[in-house]
Amino acid sequence: MFKIIEKSSHATGINRFVIEVPEIAKKVLPGQFTILRLHEKGERIPITVADSDKVKGTITLFVQEVGKTTIEMGKLKTGDTILDVVGPLGVLSHIENFGTVLCIAGGVGVAVMYPIAKALKEKGNKIISILGARSKNFIILENEIKKNSDEFFLTTDDGSYGQKGFVSNVLNDLLAIRHSPLANIVYAIGPVPMMRVISEITKQHNLKTIVSLNPIMVDGTGMCGACRVSVGGVTKFACVDGPDFDGHLVNWTELTSRLSVFKREEKESLDHYCKYLKTVRNS
Amino acid sequence: MEKIPRQKMPVQDAKERIKNFSSVALGYSEEQAVLEARRCIQCKKPACIGGCPVEVDIPGFIKKIAEKNFAEAIKILKNKNNLPAICGRVCPQETQCEIKCVLAKKGEPVAIGRLERFAADWEIEQSSEFRVQSSEKKLRTMNYELRTKIAVAGSGPAGLTCAADLAKIGYDVTIFESLHETGGVLMYGIPEFRLPKKTVKIEIDYIKSLGVNIKTNILVGKTKTVQELFDEGFKAIFVGTGAGLPQFLGIPGENLNRIYSANEFLTRANLMKAYKFPEYDTPIDIGKRVAVIGAGNVAMDAARVSLRLGADEVLIVYRRTEKEMPARLEEIENAKEEGVKLHLLTAPIRFIGDENNNVTGMECLKMELGEPDSSGRRRPVPIKNSEFKFDVDTVVMAIGQSPNPLLPKTIQGLQVGKHGNIITDEKTGATSIAGIFAGGDIATGASTIIEAMGAGKRASRAIDEYIKNLKI
Repeated sequence: MFKIIEKSSHATGINRFVIEVPEIAKKVLPGQFTILRLHEKGERIPITVADSDKVKGTITLFVQEVGKTTIEMGKLKTGDTILDVVGPLGVLSHIENFGTVLCIAGGVGVAVMYPIAKALKEKGNKIISILGARSKNFIILENEIKKNSDEFFLTTDDGSYGQKGFVSNVLNDLLAIRHSPLANIVYAIGPVPMMRVISEITKQHNLKTIVSLNPIMVDGTGMCGACRVSVGGVTKFACVDGPDFDGHLVNWTELTSRLSVFKREEKESLDHYCKYLKTVRNS
Repeated sequence: MEKIPRQKMPVQDAKERIKNFSSVALGYSEEQAVLEARRCIQCKKPACIGGCPVEVDIPGFIKKIAEKNFAEAIKILKNKNNLPAICGRVCPQETQCEIKCVLAKKGEPVAIGRLERFAADWEIEQSSEFRVQSSEKKLRTMNYELRTKIAVAGSGPAGLTCAADLAKIGYDVTIFESLHETGGVLMYGIPEFRLPKKTVKIEIDYIKSLGVNIKTNILVGKTKTVQELFDEGFKAIFVGTGAGLPQFLGIPGENLNRIYSANEFLTRANLMKAYKFPEYDTPIDIGKRVAVIGAGNVAMDAARVSLRLGADEVLIVYRRTEKEMPARLEEIENAKEEGVKLHLLTAPIRFIGDENNNVTGMECLKMELGEPDSSGRRRPVPIKNSEFKFDVDTVVMAIGQSPNPLLPKTIQGLQVGKHGNIITDEKTGATSIAGIFAGGDIATGASTIIEAMGAGKRASRAIDEYIKNLKI
């Protein structure tokens, strides 16, 4: 049992959890993730650690409500418990002084980017950040990223905040007006379509790009192979070989289709849960 | 004296059982068990014991069953075997102890496994205050001064056995398990209808009652490194992390949707209880025509789970013939009885998918058997221009598992073999690093539950020796 020390809602459908897991807090490094299970009948879901506090023994997770489990998790409150949390899992992100790093993050991927950007900044890199969100209410960690950035750009799809458009628009603009190379390396973390588009653009400019993948996982220790992704024509397990990979080598079509394999079941699970909520409310 | 025939195991009817996940084999009645036990002629030099990796006094416990002294029978069993209800169900007795039974020479051997299961189940049915447990507790307090801390990585059959035997000597043992449940392959791999998870939990409770601490959600190598465990005061570490790495064929189309590794397929069904979806959150997506690639016990399990999940047709696709199939005969018979079909001398070369990346078929080659290979089995050789296709909408890859490299990779200087297996002294489980022992599938590659238990038992003795030598 792991206690939720603090739960807050940070943006529409994105919840922040500070959870007491001293073993993970002590060890976790940028880019690593945990797998958690809410209760006895729960599924195991991977969530990347956004922050940690070794002294307090806590980790911070940002969880977007996208399906049954994440919506159910959103109903938990400060003081509630989560049955299982295991980690830190996966390989840590490659952090060194590259020179200039372009950090492009979208949606809840900003939470994954935050510890990476912070660590890259601490190493002495110049950080250019581009954050993107659907709308103003979906932005998280704006100030935290800004604090670690030398240059900062923000876009919303609907133009309700920052520049109207996508992170890729800003990237294209920068590539057009600045001297080449724009950066020594690019980190792109967010929804799969976003990472794919960014990787396609940077590939044309020969800009090395690291993406953080979050395919379907079960155990997270390299045992089941559910998370297999093709990278440069070779099958990798995202849980133990990743989650960071070279964006130019990822087979995005395969990844996209593998993420949708349980679409029907995911809907069924959510419907089942909504029905359950209704009966609870009525009784 | 009239000759008693080998007692048949009562089973759930095949037509009924493919609709549920309840036990297939139902267990002997008391009358059957006593009759079967009376078949044992109590050899002066029993060969059967030599076939048992954990050295159970087989004639001893069987004699007690014949005398209807079941409490004494289970006590004798548990003296050597910490998991008798599990072994009684899943051990390949026909190639271990029963093959050595004197009766097997002229007829059928004593049904040792079924009797083991009977004695273990009898005890489970009694009150939870087991006699065996309380006597072990006494032993533990007697050796209190010995309470040296030992760590065990992995809570599968090897780790559980090593931990239990060390606790019986008096050590303070902690098992670290990365999953949320204890039991390793017993929980995630073997289906409910062959090994009820309730039975596994009861046997694990027995091991806890010996004083073994179990910490789940700790991945040794990541959450804690082996060095950190030594720093925390553990004097020796047993690594029993199993053969968790699923093998794939490396052929085109293998990452199409609805192509599962057997590990994923069985973990979803067994550990995560996907057969109770949506009551349980974890789904499993299965079509109507399932091909299971491989013909070992894991393949049989995957095939039989597929039927129970609602597949209309389940095919075992294997490149050799039925004779070479590595699964237990009993499991092959059960699978066939349930309607699993065998597609022999067939090797997939490519998977075919639709526009949504779902698997829709596979292209195969016909094979014939050539000369025996290193395994002693005749090597399958492809027949030229024999390509053919057939439709499937779900595929389970059950072609084997390799040792899980995650933990070995984190231990500097640890010698590993070319398959990622930790190199050990077979008799002791000692590795290339003092204080680190290993056993089970992580050392041997995928083998049986009982072999892993035997390795755990041998390592427990070696660890005891090692600790005693440290103190001198």
